[in-house]
Amino acid sequence: MSEYLLQMKNIYKSFNHIYVLKGVSLNIRPGTVHALMGENGAGKSTLMKCLFGIYTRDSGEVILNDEHVNIKNAKDALDKGIAMVHQELQPIPERDIAENIFCGRYPLKGFGPLKIIDHKKMHEEADKYLKEVGLPYPSTTKLGDLSVSQMQSVEIAKAVSADAKLIILDEPTSSLTENEVDLLFDIINRLRKKGVAFVYISHKMEEILKISDDVTIMRDGTYVGTWRASELTTDLIIKHMVGRELTNRFPKRENVPGEVVFRVNDYTSPNKRSFQHVSFELRKGEILGIGGLVGAQRTELMEGIFGIRDVEEGSLQFKGAELVVKKPRDAIVKGIALLTEDRRATGIFGVLSVSDNVGIASLDKYLDYGMVINNKKLKLVVDDNIKKMNIKTPSNDTPIQYLSGGNQQKVIIGRWLANAPDVLILDEPTRGIDVGAKYEIYCIIADLAKQGKSIIMISSEMPELLGMSDRVMVMCEGRLTGILDGKEATQEKVMELATKFM
Amino acid sequence: MDKKQESLTSSEGQKVMETKSPMNPEYVRQRRLIHVVKDNIIALLLVILVIFVGITQKNFFSFANLINTVSNLTPRFIIALGVSGCLIIRGTDLSAGRAVGLAGVVACTLLQRNDYGDKFFGANFAAPETWWYVLGIALFVVFLSMCFGLADGLIIANLKVPPFLATLGMQTVIYGIARVYSNAKPIGGLRSDYTSIATAPIFQVGTFNFKWLFLFAIIGGFIFWFLYNKTRYGKYMYAIGGNENAAEVSGVNVKSSIIRIYMLAGAMYGLAGFLLAAKSGGASVNLGQGYELEAIAACTIGGVSTGGGVGKVSGILLGVLVFELLKTSMQYLGINSDWQQIVQGAVIIIAVAFDVRKYLKRN
Repeated sequence: MSEYLLQMKNIYKSFNHIYVLKGVSLNIRPGTVHALMGENGAGKSTLMKCLFGIYTRDSGEVILNDEHVNIKNAKDALDKGIAMVHQELQPIPERDIAENIFCGRYPLKGFGPLKIIDHKKMHEEADKYLKEVGLPYPSTTKLGDLSVSQMQSVEIAKAVSADAKLIILDEPTSSLTENEVDLLFDIINRLRKKGVAFVYISHKMEEILKISDDVTIMRDGTYVGTWRASELTTDLIIKHMVGRELTNRFPKRENVPGEVVFRVNDYTSPNKRSFQHVSFELRKGEILGIGGLVGAQRTELMEGIFGIRDVEEGSLQFKGAELVVKKPRDAIVKGIALLTEDRRATGIFGVLSVSDNVGIASLDKYLDYGMVINNKKLKLVVDDNIKKMNIKTPSNDTPIQYLSGGNQQKVIIGRWLANAPDVLILDEPTRGIDVGAKYEIYCIIADLAKQGKSIIMISSEMPELLGMSDRVMVMCEGRLTGILDGKEATQEKVMELATKFM
Repeated sequence: MDKKQESLTSSEGQKVMETKSPMNPEYVRQRRLIHVVKDNIIALLLVILVIFVGITQKNFFSFANLINTVSNLTPRFIIALGVSGCLIIRGTDLSAGRAVGLAGVVACTLLQRNDYGDKFFGANFAAPETWWYVLGIALFVVFLSMCFGLADGLIIANLKVPPFLATLGMQTVIYGIARVYSNAKPIGGLRSDYTSIATAPIFQVGTFNFKWLFLFAIIGGFIFWFLYNKTRYGKYMYAIGGNENAAEVSGVNVKSSIIRIYMLAGAMYGLAGFLLAAKSGGASVNLGQGYELEAIAACTIGGVSTGGGVGKVSGILLGVLVFELLKTSMQYLGINSDWQQIVQGAVIIIAVAFDVRKYLKRN
């Protein structure tokens, strides 16, 4: 019998020839809390998805209790004693606690082939598990009446009820208050004593050092190392997380930031957990990078500015005049563009052609007689974009979903450039794009800035943020924590600001 | 140059991927043929059926049958055009058939012969005997029907009621209004200048009568082709169907686009009802019953995807034609009308199942 409950050895995983996991290992001892750390995009979630069979790994071994296993899906994992509590819980709010715990494996009673759900047994069992996780509610309580942290306890109770020996907690404290975090730690400690192991995915250093026994750190899909938590400090963890060579190269930037063209004053979301009192300014021909961890509300802030999200207070100034943005069109007509973070959800029109994808935001420019779209004019713009940005597509009429991620991204950049905007907001412009295409997109961004366009670039990739920005603005938990000059910014400084309130 | 070198330098597995890449024109060409067959499988099967019936049954391929088919096809094509917009934006319109019925009934009550004995508005009601009165009534029922489309659009865009339920409710509402309005009585005794719109020929070539009715189909088809391909209306429609959130971010006014699409759909039902009543020489509240399903089926057979963002006017025409020929074929084969219902329903389900599969795989 080995000393480990679960071993993942040398896991490789690629998407479209791009490796996102390069020989990652994870060794979990029974009855311990094992923190899994790394920057956004380091591959933590991918690793867990490989464990749960949501993704199929290219190579590597998974050994559970000295047995080689291939887990097919979440149910299979649960049968083998592994459960996951997701970052975003997926409860059935209209049903009671007991049904949520036993959903899919209800206790049955009956005669012969005729089986019905044994409600009495279900509630007795559920009450037992609720006691175990210290939740003072009867199992008949409707789940929707509980707070987020209590729902999380229910999820843990569900894992315990399935006799899970390993529970994975993905960012469990991201929406909890301090008291609730303490309660969660109580539950973890209680279960740990009974021999249950946890994988604890989080960015929050203090928590990690407080609760975990072992810490594994990943970076860029590679395995950095595993340490005893007692050997680590916050500084050491940050160093391991970011301490890498700059492997990406960036184009030389020749842009010269000029006068202020765009000003955001005191932007505040009605949602208290989202952006609060953020003010900053943007210069002509400047690239302003925005750094922060997941949940820093950078995307939300930009969507607020662009009129996708509600804003409670705050104002915008653009070229010296007040700008009121209630919906995206208000911003677009003034010359502001937003390249959204989630290309599939809010960027591409998958079934539509490259040409239609480019033209959609600027149709007013190709009209004859004020209403007939002149496809020749549109074609000129599309051809121009394809040529300038080196977009690889079989034709203008090819549905965009057949293009690679990098080429899709270039098409959408082209969509916005067709409108000749003065301010471009790029939210994670190189997410899910391979290294070669990334460089091309950096060149496009640098070139736009040189032409005098102002660029806001949200990036969770540290080298990109530092390599491309004239200034770096950092957010943490919805608040602006500092603006660094691009030349002085370092990974450590950015990380410090990004974790300021944690 | 780079393509060749890439496939030489990369490993065996990647080479296979490379040749199967959508960047490879040869592969794209092969796939395109396979796709054309796969995507139109239902239409192809039905065409085979039609050819089979044509060969085995006398008089199937005849002018008389052709004209009969095209006459039946015209109102259905117009309804299908209307509903296609709703389908392309991932909505639907189940109120189509009943809207056709209401428009037909209203048109008939206003266009009875002045000397007809059982006039809806009583013996004293005398309408002007001029062509512009008929035109005015046509515009009126189109407008009336458009108002229901407007209501559908407002409910769907603003109240966010799922289109399926919103238009299902509207279907019943419109049917009720038609019953209340007409006391559920069939209306007949139509003026000849009204009925002749559907029956009289513009010109004749041998035994082929080119009816006025066909002109409406041609003009309707052309207008929709123009709208779908040459205007912002069409581009926004495809964009909303392709990805509603991305459309919003791209500055498309999604709400007003949705409302306009349902309004136009409503207008088309009004026109179809007006023509259908003229063709039938009368109308009852049951006119147009179930036509929405036929129209949706025809669109789907013709390549309008229930997944949204896809659909062409030529495809819709093909779909309507194929579906109409299916019905005629069954008549020629002597299948009784109850069984025809079962077959039609099954074809609709199969067509949608195929459609869903073809986009599921690719996304």
